[in-house]
Amino acid sequence: MYRLALQTSTEYAEKTEIASPWLISHAWVIPLLMVLSFVIILLFGKRMPKRGAEVGITAVGAAFVMSCITVFQWIQHVDKSLEGEGGSALSGFGKSFAFSTPGESSVAPITQTWDWWSNGLIKFTAGIQIDGLAVMMLFVVTFISLLVHVYSTAYMEHDTRYTYFYAALSLFTGSMLVLVVADNSLMLLAGWELVGVCSFMLIGHWWEEKPNSSAAIKAFLTTRTGDIGLLLGVIVTFFAAGQTFNLTEINEAALAGRGGHTIWLVGASLLLMGIIGKSGQFPLHTWLPDAMAGPTPVSALIHAATMVVAGVYLGGRLYGVFWQGFSIGDGGMNPMAIIGAITIIVGALLAFVQDDIKKVLAYSTISQLGYMVMGLGVGAWVGAIFHLFTHAFFKALLFLGAGSISHSGSHHSFDMKKDMGGLRKFMPITFATFMIGSAALAGVVPLAGFWSKDEILATAGQSGFHFFQIVGIAGAVLTAAYMTRCIYLTFFGEYRGHHHPHESPKAITVPLIILAVFSTVAGLANAAPLGIEKFVEYVEPRQAFPPIVVPEFEGILAAVSVMAVLLSVGVCSYLWFRKDQLGPFKGLTQRNAAARGGYTFLVNKYYLDVLYTDVVVGGIKGPLARSAYWFNQNILDGVVNGIGRGAPAIGRGLYKYVDQGTVDSAYNGLAKETGAAGGLLRRLQSGQVQRYALLIVIAIAIFSIALILAK
Amino acid sequence: MILNQFLILAAVLFCIGIYGVLVRRNGVLVLMSIELMLNAVNLNLIAFSAYLQETSGQIFVLFVITIAAAEVGVGLAIILLLFRNFRSPDLDQAQQLKG
Repeated sequence: MYRLALQTSTEYAEKTEIASPWLISHAWVIPLLMVLSFVIILLFGKRMPKRGAEVGITAVGAAFVMSCITVFQWIQHVDKSLEGEGGSALSGFGKSFAFSTPGESSVAPITQTWDWWSNGLIKFTAGIQIDGLAVMMLFVVTFISLLVHVYSTAYMEHDTRYTYFYAALSLFTGSMLVLVVADNSLMLLAGWELVGVCSFMLIGHWWEEKPNSSAAIKAFLTTRTGDIGLLLGVIVTFFAAGQTFNLTEINEAALAGRGGHTIWLVGASLLLMGIIGKSGQFPLHTWLPDAMAGPTPVSALIHAATMVVAGVYLGGRLYGVFWQGFSIGDGGMNPMAIIGAITIIVGALLAFVQDDIKKVLAYSTISQLGYMVMGLGVGAWVGAIFHLFTHAFFKALLFLGAGSISHSGSHHSFDMKKDMGGLRKFMPITFATFMIGSAALAGVVPLAGFWSKDEILATAGQSGFHFFQIVGIAGAVLTAAYMTRCIYLTFFGEYRGHHHPHESPKAITVPLIILAVFSTVAGLANAAPLGIEKFVEYVEPRQAFPPIVVPEFEGILAAVSVMAVLLSVGVCSYLWFRKDQLGPFKGLTQRNAAARGGYTFLVNKYYLDVLYTDVVVGGIKGPLARSAYWFNQNILDGVVNGIGRGAPAIGRGLYKYVDQGTVDSAYNGLAKETGAAGGLLRRLQSGQVQRYALLIVIAIAIFSIALILAK
Repeated sequence: MILNQFLILAAVLFCIGIYGVLVRRNGVLVLMSIELMLNAVNLNLIAFSAYLQETSGQIFVLFVITIAAAEVGVGLAIILLLFRNFRSPDLDQAQQLKG
């Protein structure tokens, strides 16, 4: 069903004017609260009984409550606006939307604007714009941030810079909220850069060790590279839209094709650079795995709520520009979809060869962000934003789970091969929640990841992007495989560390359980096959928005992708046990053989389906069975082993040559050149103030003479 | 209206100020030279203000004087710290920032 959501806005907006409740029209208090919390913690935190944590948690808790209220007020606003139009039959919950006729419905975002300063002809404004996308982000950011704040009370307990850590967390959250509520691209840019600064502060939180501070610098500079594109993109769109920074006006101008297609192509390409930098897309993804040097709660925040999703949010916010610039509606290849598709595969393959559990998760995030960007690129706006929503829950869960393991299980190590293994016995809650998170990530059927992934894949197919649909399914297969590997290494087998693992304290396990619940049910917010489309109803903008495709549910596609995922888990499990027989973990085989029936049902189910085929067939011992056995041993096994060995080999090759070799060495070369140029310029830096003053005076004299001569 | 004389006086003062800033080694004297430059500018502003019968120049001068007072406060504090660290107000010694 094609649905036109493109409107010429204003008249509808006036017609459906509704007295908005206070909070939603003053939503700027939410970011302000977090910034205030930052200032208070910084100034007075050290003298407080809980060293500033109580301020941070109170502030973010209040922000979360207010965000929830905003969400409800927005839902009311949408419902009322549609009733006001009289054309809509939408009244109850869960009713599928009936207002999808072109040009019918129009719900104006709630905005509030102040004059910032005016410069001759141009007036700069500051303002907020609250719509479905903004309230969804407010909810996700404050929710994840609240859990991370609570979690950190235990995780960071003995840290020397505890107060400072909480101050930075508050500012981080506040900056992201500024970015989310901004109604113009200047404020968005300001929030964007603030997020970058805060991530620098937090990734380098343990800066005493050189790799950590290097990682912080790398993260900052790599994203800055993309930010150049964003800055130029903001300027280009400013002029292209007729000298305005207002996001809605830019989208409207873009969709109207004002000033020709080319300028929007330039603008969209530049903005895409910003997304590539911030959201860890190929080839600027290299900072994300290194950013694991920061404390684990920070990683969770960066990956789930505050940092990397900013890029995807920008893509969703200025979608009109991308739609026009890349001609997404025409169904051809475009840079956005291609970059996303490359990132899915590259990220997923790299995840196979990591021993560090956090790095596996980091590459997984890269791959999932690839899904979102590809989703935007193929016109699956709802799918991409929905995936952002669900991904936030399960990825935060996985990171906090990894943190819980390092906190209580592996003695501050993240090495799966050296210090983990067999942890399911010692950390049952962490194990159960981590399993739920992984299943949600892999897209197992009723969990969150399945619905959003399916939405993207279905839209891709129905908009004519069949190639990207296949890439998406391949990505899902790889995701399931590397998460299976990760779980086996961490939770199964024998404990390989040298400490006494135990379950984490409540401040850690309670957030894990809450996130696990959300990872399970969050997908139902837009479970299209069940007729629930809350994202289409409430999140998708109805003004200045391109006519995107709302996909029909495809049972076959969903079945194929789920089957592929299950098969992948099966193959991976199979290889894992094979490796036991040959590999370094001798003696495990007997235990595994004895305990085969005792593994938790999820793993066992998938494991049995594929792995035990040869055992069963071998047991029958009939001639038919024997030939089937031969077929199984020689052909199926060959294929299975080939695939299994091939994926890590490709991953290793990619990691060695593309990631570490080409991309990194290009950056190193650039750095070297910069260093050489610096060597030449350093002679000017004599350190003497008066020498500098002399240079300034000479420069002024030259310019003055030039000015006089020019007259 | 004798505008030219004022402008010439201001230009002379300004040049003396620049000379002082570039040549003097004593930090306190450098600060005084900066004051001289600021006042040369003030003189220009007032002269033009009187010549054009326009008060905004004089208002501007009031701002400059206020900010100059603050600037001297900061500058003297810096020189005091220099003196504590190097036992002399000599600016040439403070070149730790050289590349």
